[in-house]
Amino acid sequence: MAKVCIVFDRLRLEEKMLSDEASKMGHDTIMLDAKITQFSTESKRGDIDFGDVVIERCVSYFRGLHFTACLEFLGVPVINTHDVADKCGNKMVTSLLLKKAGVPTPKTYFAFSSEEAMNLINKVGYPIVIKPVIGSWGRGILPLKDKDTTEAILEMREIEDGSHDRIYYLQEMIDRPPRDIRAITVGDQVIAAMYRKSQGDFKTNIALGGDPELCEITKELEDLCLKSSKAVGGGILGIDLMEDKKRGLVVHEVNNTVEFKGLAKVAKKNIPQEMIRFALTQVRK
Amino acid sequence: MNCLECDASINVPNDAAVGEIVSCPECGADFEISKKSGESVELKPAESVGEDWGE
Repeated sequence: MAKVCIVFDRLRLEEKMLSDEASKMGHDTIMLDAKITQFSTESKRGDIDFGDVVIERCVSYFRGLHFTACLEFLGVPVINTHDVADKCGNKMVTSLLLKKAGVPTPKTYFAFSSEEAMNLINKVGYPIVIKPVIGSWGRGILPLKDKDTTEAILEMREIEDGSHDRIYYLQEMIDRPPRDIRAITVGDQVIAAMYRKSQGDFKTNIALGGDPELCEITKELEDLCLKSSKAVGGGILGIDLMEDKKRGLVVHEVNNTVEFKGLAKVAKKNIPQEMIRFALTQVRK
Repeated sequence: MNCLECDASINVPNDAAVGEIVSCPECGADFEISKKSGESVELKPAESVGEDWGE
């Protein structure tokens, strides 16, 4: 019997499902709110009970990332590792790693000022998709179809002036059916996949109301997902793919704190149970 | 339990846990359950969605 710690900042159905499954499997669980936890350079492993392994589930990316760094400082095994969270949290880094690993991924262009982003778009042409390098749930992802809209969007990014707003991530628009695929990898297995259909617009995120439907895990899908997982360092991940009408499957995103309540409704495998099983393999003997 | 914004009554389910979010049925404000012990429940205003929230 082991002790599994779920670190959260907002207790959602997923975190409760993980805790319930761990209990059903006969393990003790600790639910730890990151917002009311303290660390210091003087902290010792025994100061707080983190159990034998931590599954980091914060909804705030930077909170989870920094919390993970503290856990690793204390020698606590944590899923996903800081290195994986760091790589998946930035779309530009993920795209570069996918390409380097030979995973088919949309053509993506980067610029580091609004002027150069406009020059780049003029060169590549419309339509093109602009995405923030940090962020999720489809926020700030916009299809750019003409010069006027593009200039307005670039100007808004300059006004907002967040530190990541000066990084321009521009991606080719993939000619695909009105859906994408979300697969969940746990270690070296793809445990479930689903289609996410758009609600009549450009985005397919379940967080925006996309409708889940089970997707068969073909050999091609499995190979691409495992290659993508390996490219970012492995763990528990959500791999997003699109069906390019010309090239077949392309991977466009790898998510570090995968949401699964939609997929759990239709999946054949018990998703939280698979995650707990994997977490237990990371316990240091 | 009453809403900290509009004083309307908020129903906190018995199986709700610390860290969960409850919403006021009248004004829509979100609150996080900060303490729970038997019948006694404490709420605090929930964090608003941050730029870095997500998966």
